[in-house]
Amino acid sequence: MAELLEIRWHGRGGQGAKTAATFLAASAIASGKYAQGFPEYGPERRGAPVKGFTRISDKPVKLHCAVENPKMVVVLDETLIEVVDVAEGLPKEGIILVNSNCDPQTLRDLVNFHTGKVATVDATTISIEELGKAIPNTPMLGALIKVANVLPIDSILEDITKKFEKKFSQKIIQGNINAIRRAYEEVKVDDSI
Amino acid sequence: MGKRMALTGNDAGAYAFKHANADVAAAFPITPQTELMHKFAEFVADGDVDTELILVESEHSAMSACVGSAAGGARTFTATAANGFALMWEIVYIAASCRLPIVMAVVNRALSGPINIHNDHSDSMGGRDSGWIQLYSENSQEAYDNILQCFRIAEHPDVLLPALATLDGFVLSHTVEAVEILDDDVAAKFVGKYKPHFSLLDIDNPVTVGPLDLQDYYFEHKRQQVDAMEKAFPVIKAIGKEFGDLTGRYYSYYDEYKLEDAEAVVIALGSAAGTTKAVVDELRAEGQKVGMIKLRMFRPFPYLELRSLLKNFRAVGIMDRCISFGGYGGPVFNETRSALYGLPNPPVVSNFLYGLGGRDISTHQIREIFETVQKSAQHEPQNLIHYVGVRE
Repeated sequence: MAELLEIRWHGRGGQGAKTAATFLAASAIASGKYAQGFPEYGPERRGAPVKGFTRISDKPVKLHCAVENPKMVVVLDETLIEVVDVAEGLPKEGIILVNSNCDPQTLRDLVNFHTGKVATVDATTISIEELGKAIPNTPMLGALIKVANVLPIDSILEDITKKFEKKFSQKIIQGNINAIRRAYEEVKVDDSI
Repeated sequence: MGKRMALTGNDAGAYAFKHANADVAAAFPITPQTELMHKFAEFVADGDVDTELILVESEHSAMSACVGSAAGGARTFTATAANGFALMWEIVYIAASCRLPIVMAVVNRALSGPINIHNDHSDSMGGRDSGWIQLYSENSQEAYDNILQCFRIAEHPDVLLPALATLDGFVLSHTVEAVEILDDDVAAKFVGKYKPHFSLLDIDNPVTVGPLDLQDYYFEHKRQQVDAMEKAFPVIKAIGKEFGDLTGRYYSYYDEYKLEDAEAVVIALGSAAGTTKAVVDELRAEGQKVGMIKLRMFRPFPYLELRSLLKNFRAVGIMDRCISFGGYGGPVFNETRSALYGLPNPPVVSNFLYGLGGRDISTHQIREIFETVQKSAQHEPQNLIHYVGVRE
């Protein structure tokens, strides 16, 4: 990937959109790429719609403006589809990845995006089964890696282990690794091109 | 060489202060600077630095504590933003007039009101006449590099002035980027040990700091501050080169970007300089003759160098993220245009005021700025002051 990949994350306050956006950037940097990760700072409240952004490139990123036309959109909470135009600014060949138990063909109509790729993964169920809690952001990273083909899965797994081992038990780390792997394998893609 | 890390601008700033291993820091939290001092407090708690961190009750007290500490011969720093900078105003001037080499990070934020926590340059630009050296950072790497160099510049015996380095609030302070941090021993060697020229604690060589200074000598002391600013020019250049020899990242007063044969030139400082470079790349790829200058050093202002550089161009656009109400254009415009006065055939200089209160400056808007500058080369416009991305 020589060119710049821009990703917009949609979540609700507390779901980890900011953490996921910056974590992915940090993993990309750890693997030798250049990246930026930042949230959109507004009046955040738990449960309110929030956005995060990631830029990844093989070359230094000079841009310091907002992401207006992301190549990819990741939606951590599918109830946002009713309140936010998640497909806004996507190019025709863009990608939308949604945390949902629906199949991607059904989701395509709901997000009103009839070109490019639509992908779904049930990250909430995966996180409940693997982590005992609905924290969809880490499994969504696994699905993103598969769909966007941006970093090797191992670099995310190594990074999770490295970052989490200071704060969390081995059980939680293993749960996250399992969740990421499962989402990587279970994500379903509908490609209209 | 060094260690490549994923850091926010605030973290990068904290690492620079860690590497300066100051004797004393005094600070008060204010968005978006707060995380910088959080991170630094971790270094203090972990015993990574020898710094005495003084938690004060306001920014006025923070700068007052810095003045006392620096007068006592201690390497001293603080960090602030916006209203915090405004609250320390009185002491900011006193630090400079006492010739105390205090270093400060200013995480640029709009100066209320209405209240706004996001980025513009009203805070540090407001302090432009206070006697502090001012370096602006395009990205978090430069924030780290500039803060580190500030210690060397401020403490240089020819200078002895306080120095501040800025980083744009949120745009840099809260964005994770790749930053190369020097190895501890390399950084320590670059910054060096601080040997104060004067110290209130040096009882064998007693000095007076900050006495009454009326009609008889006040003006002479102000004139000496002017001299110190003049003497800072070669020091800033030499230290920027030394830093470059060490890291491969060279610094001077400004960066020239694709200026060769340029018919339209834009000057920007801070994070928007990066976005402007990206736009120059796009326009060059389309065959347009454009370039940009990233101003790193605003105080002292490199008027002679810019005068000699800009005389070769037909049209120049100056981006200002700060308004001088009632004045003619923003501070960078004012200084640059004034530096060109008296040239036989000066370029047309237009001003673009943008991004107040964190308003995004997009690549489309910067393309429009270049278009306006290109047009001004053909027909000198009546109106030179433009407001970018604002509803009128």
